[in-house]
Formats: sequence, structure tokens, C-alpha cells
Amino acid sequence: MAATQAEAGGERSVMAGPAGPAMGDVGPVGPAVGEPGAAGPAVDGSDGAAGAAMVAEEPPAPPPLPGLRLVQQGAEAHVYRGLFLGRAAVAKLRVPKRYRHPALEERLSRRRMAQEARSLLRCRRAGIPAPAVYFVDYVTNSIFLEDIVDSITVQDHIYSVQKSGNDTSGLHKLAEKMGELLARMHDEDIIHGDLTTANLLLRPPTEKLDLVLIDFGLSFISGLPEDKGVDLYVLEKAFISTHPDTETMFQALLKAYAATSKKSAPVIKKLDEVRLRGRKRSMIG
Amino acid sequence: MNGGGVTGTGNAPEVGRKGAGKRNWRALRDVTGGTPGNARRDVMPTVLGLEGSANKVGAGVVRDGAVLSNRRATYVTPPGHGFAPGPTGRHHRAVVLGLVRAALSEAGVEPRDLDGVAFTKGPGMGSPLAVVAAVARTLAQLWGRPLLAVNHCVGHIEMGRLLGSAPDPLVLYVSGGNTQVIAYSRRRYRILGETLDVAVGNCIDRLARLLQIPNAPSPGYNVEQLAKRGRRLIPLPYVVKGLDVSFSGLLSHLQAVTPKLLESGEATPEDLCFSLQETAFAMLAEVTERALALTRARHLLLVGGVACNHRLQEMLQTMCKARGAELCPVDDRYCIDNGAMIAQAGWEMLRVGQVTELSQSGITQRYRTDEVEVTWRD
Ligand SMILES: Nc1ncnc2c1ncn2[C@@H]1O[C@H](COP(=O)(O)OP(=O)(O)OP(=O)(O)O)[C@@H](O)[C@H]1O
Ligand SMILES: [Mg+2]
Repeated sequence: MAATQAEAGGERSVMAGPAGPAMGDVGPVGPAVGEPGAAGPAVDGSDGAAGAAMVAEEPPAPPPLPGLRLVQQGAEAHVYRGLFLGRAAVAKLRVPKRYRHPALEERLSRRRMAQEARSLLRCRRAGIPAPAVYFVDYVTNSIFLEDIVDSITVQDHIYSVQKSGNDTSGLHKLAEKMGELLARMHDEDIIHGDLTTANLLLRPPTEKLDLVLIDFGLSFISGLPEDKGVDLYVLEKAFISTHPDTETMFQALLKAYAATSKKSAPVIKKLDEVRLRGRKRSMIG
Repeated sequence: MNGGGVTGTGNAPEVGRKGAGKRNWRALRDVTGGTPGNARRDVMPTVLGLEGSANKVGAGVVRDGAVLSNRRATYVTPPGHGFAPGPTGRHHRAVVLGLVRAALSEAGVEPRDLDGVAFTKGPGMGSPLAVVAAVARTLAQLWGRPLLAVNHCVGHIEMGRLLGSAPDPLVLYVSGGNTQVIAYSRRRYRILGETLDVAVGNCIDRLARLLQIPNAPSPGYNVEQLAKRGRRLIPLPYVVKGLDVSFSGLLSHLQAVTPKLLESGEATPEDLCFSLQETAFAMLAEVTERALALTRARHLLLVGGVACNHRLQEMLQTMCKARGAELCPVDDRYCIDNGAMIAQAGWEMLRVGQVTELSQSGITQRYRTDEVEVTWRD
């Protein structure tokens, strides 16, 4: 496993030095290459209200480029939509967490930006559907990505299918597609780190089950079955808490995962182990 | 901390086993059934709660949301040492009856004023749990009152709900043995996120041992005081996976580098305490923030022994404020394991008739928060 993937590597991780020499934050303003004043939101995300959107008390940070429009204030970042060099783009601006020690904050946001860009590139090189990276700006701590236009999150898709009362057999098929996609991702030794149904998008039309992986800030590279097993465990728990009525979906997902991945056997074994660890923990105090 | 030792069994002592179940139910009906002519019990169910899952042992009395008394004793070990189940159990055995007497007299109640006896069923260490459970069973039978077997974690949550006055908060439960982000839904306290290995409090205690910091009043308190004078932030592994955290890498890293850093003068014990807190608490704040976003909860309740830590409180306060959420005030008296919280959870259980048969009153070292069916909430 690569030595640079510090964050989620646990005991194997490499310390990012005490906020090492900041790369590229020389000038007061970032290399803003976006066309000046060519504002105007490309696609308006009126669907932005869904997902983890939450109205925060703090005023939203100014957009990293003029003309971008805030569509979501997530836990981690503010997400904007607009044009970047004439292309429909999404900008993720990492908002510093004031509760964190500044040096730690700096270290983390840099690492996460880098990891996000790195893993997205790795995905695309391997033909795994993920947005293209347009630009990484270490000054404003923002990353510009291809906008998956008119997409919706798998989470919202599941909710709307359930609400519509339509038959949910499509969800089974969707789960299988997810399993296949994750198997391919893991076979490339990419660990996502934050697998949830909100971090998977569906391109329109949704019937085509055309999935796109996003949100790689917690990702890292590892070939260890343990890391892959935990990745699946995180998704399983996300499934249970966000979609309590879809027990069979995760099973279908796992089955497809096992059938697709060339290295699935030890991963599934680790997943079972990790589940058991939770059950067995004695929890004193 | 889980040093093997005594394992809980489902065996209750043989005293008066026969017919105890029936008697429990009858007593319960007196309490909740609105029997006319028994006004005192109708209006004010009173519960004695006994706790002893780790190195604290406590007895407290709760009556309708009012804590009438809350007595506690702590088994303190010399610096550099943790507490083993055997000696901890013996410590509890020596003091528990005195605590019960003190709790009753402080509350101004007689055994006949009680409507139930609650105790910690688990999770925790076998030997101390068994000691306290045996006392609870004996008293319940002696006084002819129903037994209420309480999940320790649920005790923390119910006490927090009572004090925090937020009806449906997201809960961050942090202690020596637990690190969980919990949300209530459909009759369960569901664990959204948790530690994948050691608990945050355990991590702190282990650093205290490494640095030979005294265990009185508690290792965590002393680490917090030292951390206030820390200056240098030592880079430590920061491991967050989804809503889960992992501290084992952090702990083994600390164990590996501490002697070197201290010797070379690169870091002081204060710096190490500071760095651990800054790193571990930021991880907790981060996953808690994600869980807040996920559940869209408006209130955060912080419970467990580590909840006393003011730096953790401050970080969560900052995080909540930025999200437009609210951190419920933390009451130090009830963060640390205590009897009143067990009484409060027991009171809720009694209210809906969720009493424990003697034959079901065995302790269990492993007892997950989400195993309990929360019949007292909608
Ligand atoms: N490339 C993209 N194309 C279209 N929509 C996107 C893209 N990237 C992100 N989004 C939208 O923004 C939301 C948040 O993005 P992302 O998950 O990357 O950020 P985040 O900071 O992790 O947010 P959260 O904390 O809510 O998870 C996604 O759920 C999706 O709706
Ligand atoms: Mg996301």
C-alpha cells in the first residue's frame, strides 16, 4: 500500500508532518482561471434540498469562484454549481472546522483534497465511473469536478421509489449494480472510506442504473482485505440506518460483489469478522 | 480492561426463587395500574438504582424525574495500573451495602417506599456486575419489589434525556468502554457510529498509565488538566471511516513514541495529553457532525465518563453552533457512572411494565445498546 495514504490507514498510516510546507499557497488569490464574470449557474440544483442539506447558523463561505451557486452545505464541504471554463462544474469547498486545532485542520483538509483528487483520477484511469477532476485549488481548499448533470443520489432514488409505492424489484437490480461497481473499485485497491448511498449518484434516466461514485475525501489506497471489509461494513451500517426497510438490498449487493471481484473471498471473510467484533466488544464503563 | 475473570451466568441466587415472578407483577400493577387507595404509589413511583459495571459502584434513588440521592465509591488503583475484575468486585462488595443505606437515608425513603430495584445487567466486567446484581436480587426479594435489569448504556442515555430536556437528541456516548453515536428510532437506540476497536476513554486511561499519571480522582481528569498546559501538537493517526472511528492506531503510536519523545525532550507529558485530546476529540466531533447531518437532529446529548471533559464539550459546542444545532448542557454529576441513572432507566421500564423476572436477571458482560427494546418510548 502506498505510504502517502495516511488518514485511514490506522496503525499502518504514515504521519503527515506537522502541517508540512504548504504547497501552492503562495499568492493571496488562487490561480483563478475561470472566465471572469462569465457567471450564471449552468444547471440549477433545485434537488439540493435533499440529502444531507442542513441550514447552518454560520453564513455560507463565499464561492471559490464568482458566479457559482451554493447547492448544498454538507457536513464536510459546501458544494457549488456553475461553470468552470465553460463546463458544467461542481465545486467542493472544504470549510475549516473551528473545533479542530488549526494545524490538524490544515493537515486534514490538504490530505483529503489530495486524496479526493488522487482517487478520482485512479478511478477514471481504471474506467470506474467518477467525475473528472477539473481543478484543485489549495488556496481556497476547493476542488472543481465535472458536474454529473441532473443526477440524483442513490439515497434519494431509493426514497422516491419507496414513496411512489412502485415495485421495488428495480432496487434489487440497483443493489447488484452497486456491488459490481464496488468490486471493481476494490480490485483497483481503492478504499472509499465513506461509502453511503448519498455518495453514489445515478445519471438520468435512472432506469439505466448508470452509477457514479463521488466523495473520495476519506479514501486511500490499500490492497488489504481488512480495509475493504471495513469499507463494506461502513456501507452496510449506512444502509441499515438510512434505509431500514431494505434488508435484502445489501445482501444482493454483497452477492454481486462476491461474484464480480476477483479477490472477494478474504474480503467477505473480513467483513464477517468486523461485524462480529462489534457484537463481541464487551463495552465496559 | 476486559481482563477475563468472572463470567456472568444467568443463575440467580436460590433465595426465594419460587413465585418471585408473580409477586413482581403484582407489585407492578400496584405501581402502574392506578389502583385506587394507593395514592402514594400511583403518583410517585420511586426506584432504587444500583450500578457497578466498572470501577465505580453507586446507589441512587429517583422519584418521578427527581434525583433524591446518588452515592458513589470508586476503586482507585496506583499510578500505572488499571483495575482488574477480581479486586474491583471485592471493592464493590465491601462498600455496596453502605452506599445503599446512605442513598436511602439521604433520600428520606424506607424500603417500603420503593417501587422497584434497578441494577446494571451489563455491559461491563463480570465480577463487579455480579456483586451488584446479587445485592439487587436479594433486596428486591427481601422487600417484595420488582427487579429492573438495566442496560448500562441505556442508563446513561435516559439520565441524559431527563437532564437535557431534549426529547429526541442524537447521543454521543463516550466512556472508558464505549464510544458510540446513537440515534433513537423505532423502539431501539441505534448505533450509527462507533469505535472499531478501543474506546476513547480507554485510550486516555492508557496514556495516563504510560505517563504514570495518578488514577485519582480519575485518570481522565488528570490528563485533561495536563492537556491544558500542552503546547505542541504531535501528529497522531487520525482515523475516521464513515461514521466509525478507530483509536487503536493512535494508541499504539503513542505507546511507541512516548518514551523517545519524553527522553529527547521533544515533547512533554503535557504535550502528549494535549495532542491525544485534540486528535481523538476532533475525530469524535467529526463523526458526530456527520450523524447530525444524517439524522437532521437538532439536539446533541453528550453522556458517559469522558463527557466531563471540558475540551470535548467545547469542541462539540463549536461544532453544534456552526450547524445550528444545540448541545444539551452536561451535568458532571451524572456523566460518571452512578446509581441514579440506573434508577432513572429502571423508572422508565417500570412505568411501562418492563420488569425483569428473577430467572432473567443474570448479568452479561456483552450487552449492546441496540439489543434493548425501548418499550417506554414511541
Ligand atoms: N460531480 C458531481 N456531480 C453532481 N452532483 C454532485 C457532484 N459531486 C457532488 N454532488 C452533489 O453534492 C452532494 C455532496 O457532495 P459530496 O458528497 O462530494 O460532499 P460532502 O462534503 O461529502 O457532503 P456530505 O457531507 O453531505 O456528504 C452530493 O450528494 C451530490 O448531490
Ligand atoms: Mg457525501
